[in-house]
Amino acid sequence: MAESGVKIGLEIHVQLTALKSKLFCSCPTDYRGKPPNTNICPVCLGLPGVLPVVNRKAIEYAIMVALALNCKLSNKVVFVRKHYFYPDLPKNYQISQYDGIGSTPLCRDGYLQIRVNGKNKVVRIRRINIEEDPGRLTYPTGDIATSRYSLVDYNRSGIALLEIVTEPDIHTPQEARAFLTKLVSILEHLGITDISLEGAFRVDANISIGGGGRVEVKNIGSIKDVERALSYEILRQRSIVAKGGVVKRETRHWDSSKRITVSLRVKETEEDYRYFPDPDLPPITISDELVKQVMERMPELPDHRIKRFMKQYGLDEYRATVLVMEKWLADLFESVAKLYSNYKRIADLLITDFMRWVNEFRLTPRDVKATPQVLAKLLRLLDQGVISIKIVKEILPEIISKGVDPEDYIKKKRLTRIADEEYLRNIVREIIHKNRKAALDALTNPRAINYLIGMVMKQTRGRADPSITAKLVREELARLKEEK
Amino acid sequence: MKYIYEPAYKLVDLFHQEPDKIFDYIDAVFNRIKSVESKVKSYITLRSYDSVLKEAEEVVLRIKKGEHLPLAGILIAVKDNISTRGLRTTCASRILENYVPPYDATVIKMIKEAGGIVVGKTNMDEFAMGSTTENSAFFPTHNPWDLTRVPGGSSGGSAAAISAGETTLALGSDTGGSIRCPAAFTATVGLKPTYGLVSRYGLIAYASSLDQIGPMARNVHDVALLLSIIATHDSLDSTSIPRIQRCNFLMELLDTMKKRPRLKIALVRELWKGVEEDVGKVLHNVLDKLCSEHMCEEVSIPIVHYALPAYYVIAMAEASSNLARYDGVRYGLSTTKEGRNWIEVFSEVRSKGFGFEVKKRIALGAFILSAGYQEQYYIRALKVRRILKVEFDKLFTKFDVIALPTMPIKPPRLGEAITDPIKLYSMDIDTVLANMIGSPAVSVPAGFANALPVAVQFMGKPLSETTLLYAASLIEEITKLHDLKPPL
Ligand SMILES: [Zn+2]
Repeated sequence: MAESGVKIGLEIHVQLTALKSKLFCSCPTDYRGKPPNTNICPVCLGLPGVLPVVNRKAIEYAIMVALALNCKLSNKVVFVRKHYFYPDLPKNYQISQYDGIGSTPLCRDGYLQIRVNGKNKVVRIRRINIEEDPGRLTYPTGDIATSRYSLVDYNRSGIALLEIVTEPDIHTPQEARAFLTKLVSILEHLGITDISLEGAFRVDANISIGGGGRVEVKNIGSIKDVERALSYEILRQRSIVAKGGVVKRETRHWDSSKRITVSLRVKETEEDYRYFPDPDLPPITISDELVKQVMERMPELPDHRIKRFMKQYGLDEYRATVLVMEKWLADLFESVAKLYSNYKRIADLLITDFMRWVNEFRLTPRDVKATPQVLAKLLRLLDQGVISIKIVKEILPEIISKGVDPEDYIKKKRLTRIADEEYLRNIVREIIHKNRKAALDALTNPRAINYLIGMVMKQTRGRADPSITAKLVREELARLKEEK
Repeated sequence: MKYIYEPAYKLVDLFHQEPDKIFDYIDAVFNRIKSVESKVKSYITLRSYDSVLKEAEEVVLRIKKGEHLPLAGILIAVKDNISTRGLRTTCASRILENYVPPYDATVIKMIKEAGGIVVGKTNMDEFAMGSTTENSAFFPTHNPWDLTRVPGGSSGGSAAAISAGETTLALGSDTGGSIRCPAAFTATVGLKPTYGLVSRYGLIAYASSLDQIGPMARNVHDVALLLSIIATHDSLDSTSIPRIQRCNFLMELLDTMKKRPRLKIALVRELWKGVEEDVGKVLHNVLDKLCSEHMCEEVSIPIVHYALPAYYVIAMAEASSNLARYDGVRYGLSTTKEGRNWIEVFSEVRSKGFGFEVKKRIALGAFILSAGYQEQYYIRALKVRRILKVEFDKLFTKFDVIALPTMPIKPPRLGEAITDPIKLYSMDIDTVLANMIGSPAVSVPAGFANALPVAVQFMGKPLSETTLLYAASLIEEITKLHDLKPPL
């Protein structure tokens, strides 16, 4: 095996974007796009004398994730202070959770089953923590290394984060992608996060090969980039080993534009964060009653939804899985399925051409303009023979990016399929007349028929119904034979 | 001298009958400040006479509209670690020398609602770390009873201001005795409430699990009055005791005084060690009289020996964390940043901004919390704290209160105690206990030794404030020492 000895562990940071307010104050969570330092209050700015108050909803959301990832829940929520000096951290400690004396993560020892290349695999979850997001640094006159000064924006400070830490059970970049895709689908099905929001989803990856040092790659912003960063790191580390070198233990930064990892610092020892329970936040008991309530409110999860799609819509596992792994796509599928009943055809449209264009245009689900009504109409027009599959492919990008109505579009562009036999027969006759040699040829060589059909198509700009055209060409050729 | 040494509870009644008298009262207090402040040095920041007068006008209007204001027009000095909106709050530290909070602490909101008027911000040991107020980055405060001596600390400015007649009431904060120590040294009354009874929101943290804001005054009734205003649940403080009803401690106290229940009083032997002879004599004299009417019994709790070291471990650990935020980026002392890396900037700000005692405690606290030492120090200190709590819970099933000295010594001369840290820290031996177990405790004058104030302390189970106030009132009855005016 090519990737033998590769061990990958992931630390995933997900913002609980569905919350209305920050984790420890009442500032709103929609900080994106606001002028710097306007989405703040004394608490998330860490002014002297302020105290944090826990957003209870954040705990409920975290319990949901713990249950969905098969974790053992702690019976209490203990917040600790994690100390490190950094300008984006207003208190110079982060309120987080920790596995140690007197404290506990929210939950531990979970797992997630994934499917890679047709095989099932279990990735263990070490723990899940709730913590607060720091502010953001910007470098107005260059980058982190060259800027003469940096500016701090605390609008993000105090946003609730979940930190999900896996065991090093992942062995390939593909497995990492499969794991993250499923994880994100679960989080989206739980309705607690929208990872398409900038910075809502960040991954740190730990990679080691053989007996080499563990390298941590920080701040990877998308699933695709995780796959790229891991592939790059594996290559880099292998080439060091191949040259007889030793991979150092270090922290590296993922440069998403250059698509390489860059060394940040070499780690000599474990950093000492001086964790201790936050005396401002007494432990909160997680009662059985609360867990029961959360469980009752749990929405349908991806595994269950895939099975339901197979049963309810007669889809195969592949199609059902592809749809469900993108929650919004699965939602769109179900909305269209209410209006149009050839479910397999909806699935095929969505997972092939539709997604190709969404990716091509780099659209987030929010930006996709296609409504279920329009998609159902499109498929119906195809069924009725009003438009051909070729036309469907032509209109689809317009529908996705602009939300155009297919009927309006084909009227405007005169794209309806020509099924009028009288009209087509005239064209066929004209073509045969003009291409006498080819027509005679076609009497003995069936392949030449396709040439004639192609000519008809060309003349009608692809609008001629292919089966009617083929039928008419054969009929006219038969007449030609009789005439001879 | 009219008004200046009048009890607040009497002034409040007067001001409801004749609201305009508030202006005369304010004039009197400001005149008093003018004549004694240069000797005592209680205040870091005094509000201007005009702005106080303006606020007084609003109070007078509210009274004339028929509102009943429990603190009608009463001037209150506030320790400079309690956030006051628009009023500089320094913690007696260079690092916050020019910091003006954009918000009021919850207790300040309550006081304003009740018609109280903040007169100024009082001197203290920097970040409340000390027992003499000499650790102020600005200047020491002098004891009104003997200007060559310290007023105690860390709420020394508040105690001195009350004692010198520069205010009627004051707020202090108490982490290991910081209200009770200066109350004892200035012959005033100070109460550290049950942990969680008074909101800490806006109190600049020293050691979060030990800090409490509390009332200070020249008599027990006034302490009860101010406590009634500030003691209530606050949703902004997660350590605030839930479902606490507002309580009129003054009414409850008067009620209890009428009923005169017989108290069961414990004297814990270990807490009387190291008491100076003349201090002990004054205390025994008073307690003998108290015990003639009430039941007193000597008990032994050997574990209290560990209370002081455990207290310092916990306090320093929490302090090192709480004081991490002062880095010169968002507020407070600042320095040039362009072209320098942040570590340089943080280090310069913290080196210049913090005094020696604060740096020492931050360094020790960081060490105590560091990996490999945490179990040896911090975790063990927490264990001591738990055992203390269990032991005293047990004791409080048999006794109503514990009587003990507030300070084992008389107020030291300026510069005398500060040279010997062990001696300085051991001053706290009888006060840290209440903070360690979250209990309320009150200090009340017991008499004088060598013309210097001596105080007795009562400690009770959580939420036994009324009982403590009752015990303190009994001492006032015995000694007749209240609303004392030092020979300034
Ligand atoms: Zn905020």
